[in-house]
Amino acid sequence: MEFEGINFKDQSLISVLNQIHAKYNYIPEEMMFDLSDRLKISLSKIYGVITFYTGFKLEKPGKHIIRVCTGTACYVNHSEVILEIMRDEFGIEEGKTTEDGKLSVDRVACIGACALAPVMELDGQMVGKLTKKKVMRVLREVFEDD
Amino acid sequence: MTEVRICKGTGCISSGAEKIANEFENLGIEVKQSGCHGLCSKGPIAIVDGVFYGDLKVKDVKLIVEDHIKNGKPVDKLLWDHYTKFEEIPFYKKQTRLILRNCGLIDPENIDEYINKDGYKGLRETLTIKPSDVIDSITRSGLRGLGGAGFPTGLKWKIGSEQKSNIKYVIVNADEGDPGAFMDRAILEGDPHSVIEGLIMGGYAIGATQGLIYVRQEYPLAIKRIKKAIDDAKERGFLGSNILDTDFCFEIEIHEGAGAFVCGEETAMIQSITGERGTPQLKPPYPAVKGLSSKPTIINNVKTWSAVSWIMLHGWEEFFKIGNENCHGTAIFSLTGKIKYSGLIEVPMGMTLREIIFDIGGGMEKGKFKAVQTGGPSGGTIPFDMLDTPVGFESMAKIGSIMGSGGMVVIDDSSCIIDFAKFFIDFCVDESCGKCIPCREGTFQLAKLLDQIITGKANEDTLKLLEELSFAIKNTALCGLGTTAPNPVLSTLKYYRTEYIEHLHGICKAGVCKGMYTIQINQDLCNQCGICQRGCPEEGAITGDRKTSFLIINDLCTECNACRLACPKQCIEVVQ
Ligand code: FES
Ligand code: FES
Repeated sequence: MEFEGINFKDQSLISVLNQIHAKYNYIPEEMMFDLSDRLKISLSKIYGVITFYTGFKLEKPGKHIIRVCTGTACYVNHSEVILEIMRDEFGIEEGKTTEDGKLSVDRVACIGACALAPVMELDGQMVGKLTKKKVMRVLREVFEDD
Repeated sequence: MTEVRICKGTGCISSGAEKIANEFENLGIEVKQSGCHGLCSKGPIAIVDGVFYGDLKVKDVKLIVEDHIKNGKPVDKLLWDHYTKFEEIPFYKKQTRLILRNCGLIDPENIDEYINKDGYKGLRETLTIKPSDVIDSITRSGLRGLGGAGFPTGLKWKIGSEQKSNIKYVIVNADEGDPGAFMDRAILEGDPHSVIEGLIMGGYAIGATQGLIYVRQEYPLAIKRIKKAIDDAKERGFLGSNILDTDFCFEIEIHEGAGAFVCGEETAMIQSITGERGTPQLKPPYPAVKGLSSKPTIINNVKTWSAVSWIMLHGWEEFFKIGNENCHGTAIFSLTGKIKYSGLIEVPMGMTLREIIFDIGGGMEKGKFKAVQTGGPSGGTIPFDMLDTPVGFESMAKIGSIMGSGGMVVIDDSSCIIDFAKFFIDFCVDESCGKCIPCREGTFQLAKLLDQIITGKANEDTLKLLEELSFAIKNTALCGLGTTAPNPVLSTLKYYRTEYIEHLHGICKAGVCKGMYTIQINQDLCNQCGICQRGCPEEGAITGDRKTSFLIINDLCTECNACRLACPKQCIEVVQ
């Protein structure tokens, strides 16, 4: 775990964390210690900030990340069914990573594509107007890929 | 030369805009890009010499190239209702697009296209008049904060300008709070320069040399385009030192948020910018007096800044003329839910909700109108007979909702109003920063009470308690998030009380709350396709075959709703 490529100059804690997150997709625990030394900010504060914002994760995510939107527009268009499909058909729980480390599923409140509700994001790519078929296809592709 | 412009907003990209663009290029046609048109539900979209083509498939491109581009005949079967001019399509016709003036029409990554639309012309003129005159124009225009609160922008600026300090800040609030709205994203992706230009003008007016854009990290494309816009503006001398050869110097920085609804609140945002947890602070002092690093700080929403650059270009009188006597200018809504045409719209203040939903939005998709919710988690739910309410800050507050930042979600009779209210309360429980007790504990208890209602464990007293608690939170919470959190409950209690009472008697007519309804197949509508049976996970819960008829055995049914969602003819009905 390296700080390589992370810009510390005149940066607030959050932007440093954002950079780390962009690099690793989570904030590794040992980095919190190093960060605390480097920025002269107490560990408890760093931990407090990380847990305050939903954008920061403390656990290593899977190779692929799916974020299911449960914002209002998606909720009205039955986004909960999408999480159900993942659970019932593939045994993936929201907020968890599959045992083989392949996939993590998270929920988010609105990714700004409400007109295409219900939507989810696979590794940063938006997939809109979801149907059961589409969800199944995306998931199968994820599991087939290695 | 034919101009082909393809929407490269987030929505259209996800619907396959890149493939369409590539196909045009393969066929030797040069394409230009644009930001979001607002009608993302029809993506991918291409505008060919002003003609609107939506829902495009790759194979359609060839036809457009052959017939339209080469032979000058628009491809009728690909048009929307035979409309050739996109301004004539009902969705666009009733709109007045000031803030969205360039969205969908120009390439957001090309500063020259913005300049060709009179971009930065307003800035040139602004820098020749006195800062106090700029504030005067904004004040007279009647512009009010479009982030939700509706505070007069001119007044806010005046307060900021009167502070004696050599360092001041102006900030763009692009932390779209409302979970079901995407206007800030669309503007930043579609026309970033309009916001940047407004911000520079604001800096000049109040005497700030540093601007900040606080944007959600969930919006990578927006961030990329703002970065590019800032660099380009610098290169052309609209930003940096001695802007347009005047003494005025101004820089802009981007700050990425990390996902917290409460950071839309000004003081919380300031905390977040300095790297803290985003908890709101007691006001006064207001940020305009003592904000970021204790310096005077003016924070306005994306839409407000974009409106500023419009006003300074066209004059305050033009802006003042639009709207009604109470509210001037336009309002932007992200119209979504069970409506035919979802998208981003801009209408003059004072237009009625009915016009917005039925004329622009095309009415309901299939179900029956039940309610429209505005203002997100801080807003209220509005019933059918109130749809003649004009949009505006006061008029909407009067009926128990708010303008908010522009979320407008339409629901039909397949949504349960209590479940809907609970959705918003759950959101607030998640997003409460935890600083003040009324919000932290109160919303949690509200959620519990609502849970009792939808699981059939409530009685009359529960409703009373619900109401009392809502008022208590409203009166005692620290910041705007907390004081408005009970609105979804209060407004539904007011307009949909019968539905609450029905739940007390174990009835959910929408067919959402488990154990409060049964379903059956409407045999008149059913065409025996058998899709419901195949979708049903319970062995034997749907009997019959394609030759006879299908029947739901309610004793075996687990109310999972798989059949209702699967049925292509919507013939599975809720009965009590
Ligand atoms: S509500 Fe799902 S994208 Fe906005
Ligand atoms: S993204 Fe293309 S219309 Fe909205």
